[in-house]
Parts: sequence; structure tokens; C-alpha cells
Amino acid sequence: MSAPLLEVRHLVKHFARKHGLWQPASIVKAVDDVSFAIEEGEMFGLVGESGSGKSTTGRCILRLIEPTSGEVLFRGENVLGFSRARMRQARRDLQIVFQDPYSSLNPRMRAGDIVEEPLVIHKLGTKTERRARVEELFELVGLDAAHLSRYPHEFSGGQRQRIGIARALALHPALVVADEPVSALDVSIQAQVVRLMLDLKERLRLTYLFIAHDLRLVENICNRVAVMYLGRIVEMGETRALFAEPRHPYTRALLSAVPVLDPDTPRQRVPLDPASFDPAAPLRQVATAHWAAV
Amino acid sequence: MTAPLLDVQQLTVLFEGARSTVTAVDNVSFQVAAGETLGLVGESGSGKSVTAFSILRLVPPPGRIAGGRVLFEGRDLLALPEREMRQIRGARISLIFQEPMTALNPVMRVGDQIAEALTVHGQATRAQAWARAVELLDAVHIPDARRRVRDYPHQLSGGMRQRVMIAIALACHPALVIADEPTTALDVTIQAQVLDLLRELRARYNLALLLITHDFGVIAEMADRVAVMYRGAVVEEGPVRQILRSPAHDYTRALLAAVPGMERR
Repeated sequence: MSAPLLEVRHLVKHFARKHGLWQPASIVKAVDDVSFAIEEGEMFGLVGESGSGKSTTGRCILRLIEPTSGEVLFRGENVLGFSRARMRQARRDLQIVFQDPYSSLNPRMRAGDIVEEPLVIHKLGTKTERRARVEELFELVGLDAAHLSRYPHEFSGGQRQRIGIARALALHPALVVADEPVSALDVSIQAQVVRLMLDLKERLRLTYLFIAHDLRLVENICNRVAVMYLGRIVEMGETRALFAEPRHPYTRALLSAVPVLDPDTPRQRVPLDPASFDPAAPLRQVATAHWAAV
Repeated sequence: MTAPLLDVQQLTVLFEGARSTVTAVDNVSFQVAAGETLGLVGESGSGKSVTAFSILRLVPPPGRIAGGRVLFEGRDLLALPEREMRQIRGARISLIFQEPMTALNPVMRVGDQIAEALTVHGQATRAQAWARAVELLDAVHIPDARRRVRDYPHQLSGGMRQRVMIAIALACHPALVIADEPTTALDVTIQAQVLDLLRELRARYNLALLLITHDFGVIAEMADRVAVMYRGAVVEEGPVRQILRSPAHDYTRALLAAVPGMERR
């Protein structure tokens, strides 16, 4: 077996939380010893509820937030040990698509310039070559190249997310961290953007870390999934196995909370009893390609 | 057949700009019977929230109700004097908003906010209202209600705040509750708890519910009937099973096809 494209080892991120001038700060363990690996060509889902640490994990991998400790190996090299210059180079391979297509695009830049900016920063190509590449990217994500000189507010939410995707793809990345890329969009638009992401994955041989809270979506598009709860991965495995036979009490509670689209299917909510599991239990293998912290 | 609790007839709402007029709600009609839940489903801009606000005559300007009737308990709300309308708003018909943090007053104790709903409508003295606030927090399953009633909204989690909103909505024993995306801002496990709570309270108080949402999962769990809105108009209406299993309108079909996991079921 070849080495994974991305390997996260014992990733930890603590935030100090200040309560007042004279009170001691407390520590929030946003990411608490998280390890997983993503093979090339995978769509790896990282799911959890707000505060579970899934977005912080994604940002630590790209060093948009500096982790407290741990290792992030990309093609075997520890990204966290990179110098500033080396990190900038690595960012060509590691890109991110943000959740909110409204706040993640500079409202005072034209769409074409937004997509071109990574090429400018990395000093790639001449002005003409860059423009040609931007037009190519626009077409790749299903936007009209005639709209290059429009500003973000002139696009709809779904189109803006396409701009964000085009920007992420400008440098031919190997890994795209998609941080809730469709959760701000209407459901019919979500389906279009997801279809685009899957299509691009095949065409450009991309690997995704897909961060989401929508379990129905993850079940449909990710081949493997890790479930985060309070900063830790409590369960991880092949999507089908994990959804069919969740082992961790939190995963069971989470899956049972997802509304069922059939009014005649009896609802069987599994309440979460925090006393029913050991929050410090390490992941152990419970079946083929299936781990749980039980 | 008895008259429905709410009978919206040919409601039209316009937003008039300097250069153009947008028809946000276009000749919309639907009915809600006592104790029934109607799901009003659509995407952003479909006019579902404006429809709900129109029922309470709370359309923000430049929006304007241009036509139609809203019959509630036999009276046309659109023809009532404002003074009488105020006795219906929050009392006979109440509203639960999507965002509990912005809908609650941040500098008022939650107990006072519940009590206010009662005293404004002259349904209780201050002392009675406070006691009733504790009861209501208990009814929405907020643990330790006697102490929590003194909390400010920021001291409560998102799910707890939504429970407070529901307590306020229930304070005056409404016949109809309009819930505008009541669980959209919540995590899925908290959403499940709030939906369970709404289901329980609906049965206990025989509430009619107008549930506005974009989520067919929530519809499937809660609604008896569904009206699908698209570009200001109701394009399809019917019992929930019929709409989910054999949608007739192209837009409904497209919307259902877009829900992840729908195609396999």
C-alpha cells in the first residue's frame, strides 16, 4: 500500500479562554488528539456538530490556525515544520473552500481578479497566460467567462461558491479542504455545487477533506467518514459500514436525530447519555475498516 | 365541514420600488384546520416567510398587502383595526423565529420576556405572570426552571433559547403557532429535541402549526399537509405522504430530487 496523501497525527489545538481581568484563563481543547489519514482520490468526510472541532481541524491542516501540537504529513512531509517560504509553496497543493460565499470573497474585487489572485501571489505566468487560465477556470466550474469583470454581489450564492471553487483550483491543488461548502446554499443549489465538486474530483484527480454537519449529504458522497465529538474522533470508517452499524453512542444519537424523509418510518431517537461511554477511550478497530472509541 | 381555523384566500403582497414592483406573494390560498400542521416549504425568495408575516400583518415596508383575505376564527385579519389586531398577535396567533439570539431581548431576563407576553395581553398580574413563566419553562423541559427563569439569553445554549421562544409563543394559549424555520439554526441533535418538544406541545394544547421550512426532512417528521411555494406562488399542495411519494409539480420533484438520499428511498 502506498503512503497516504495526507496523514494527521495526534493533532491538538487548545484555545485559552479569558474570563476577566483577574480570573485565570481556562483552556478549551478544540481539537484533542485527532489522527486520521486520507488516501489519494478519496472524498473523506469529517462530520460533527457545532463546537466539535471539525473546522478547527481543517484549518490546522492548512496552518490557517497554528495547532498546539501534532503532525500533519502531506506526501510524507510534516507541514507543521515548514518554513514560511516552504509553506507558501505547499499551499499550491493544499487549498480550501469556505462555507460562506458571501464573506469569503472580497466584495471590492472583480470575480476574475479573485480567481487570478493565487496565480499572481505565486508569480505564475504572464498577464495574458493568467487571464487565459482564469477563463478556463470559469468554464471549468460552470461560470460564464463573460462575467469575469463582475463583482461578487452580482452573483447568486451558488455562483459565488463556484467562484470560491475556481479560486481554490487555480493552482492545481492535490487536496481541497471543503469546509461546509454548501451549507449556506438552498437545497437545489447545494445539489448542483456538490455535483460540480464530484465531477471536478474525477476530472482533476482531486482529494477532498469534506467538512460537514449534514449527515445525509456525507452519506451520499463520501467514501469514508470520521465523526467528531468535543474535539475527538469518536468513530471512523467506511461510510456504508459506519452508517449501517454505528458503534459509538454519540454516532448512534447523531444518526437517529436526522429527520427521516418518510412519514411512515417510525422514529427511534437514541438519546445521548454521556455517562454511557468513556470520553477518553481511544479508537479501536471494531470491524474491517471501522474504528470506534468504545 | 366546519370552517378552518385559518383560511388564507388569494393573498397578494407587493414590494414596490422606485422603478419596479416585485410580487413576493402571488395569489396564495391555503387553509389550516384546528390542531393541524401545515408545512410551507420553499427555497429562499419563494415568499414563504412573507406569507407568514402577512398573516400577522407584519410585512416590513416597502412591502404591502395588495389583496386577499386572511380569515382566522371567522374574522378577516386584514380588515381589523390595528388595536384588535394587537390582541390577536402573540395571543391567538404567535410566532417562533429562526434565530433565537436575535429574537430574544439580550438585556431582559427570560422570565420577564415570558411574563411580558402575558401582561401585555392583560392576562395576568406581574406576580402571576412570573409564576406562569416558571410553569412554561417547565413545560418546554428547561431543567431547574425556577432558577433558569432569572437567566439572560446569553447564559443559555441555542437549543435552550429556542425553548424559551417556544415558551413565549405558548404563554397566551394560542390557537395557531407560526414557526419560521424554527430549527434551522440548530445542530441536528438539538433540532431533534426541539421537534420532539413541538410535537408534544402540539398534542397537549391542540395547537395548529404553520411550519415554514426549506427542509423536507422536517416536513416529513412534522407536517400533516404540505404547500410548496415557488416564486411567490403555491405550486402544489396536498397530504404529506402524497407530496413526498408522488409529487405532481416539476418544481416539487426537482426540490425532492435535490435532497441527499432521496433518490434511494
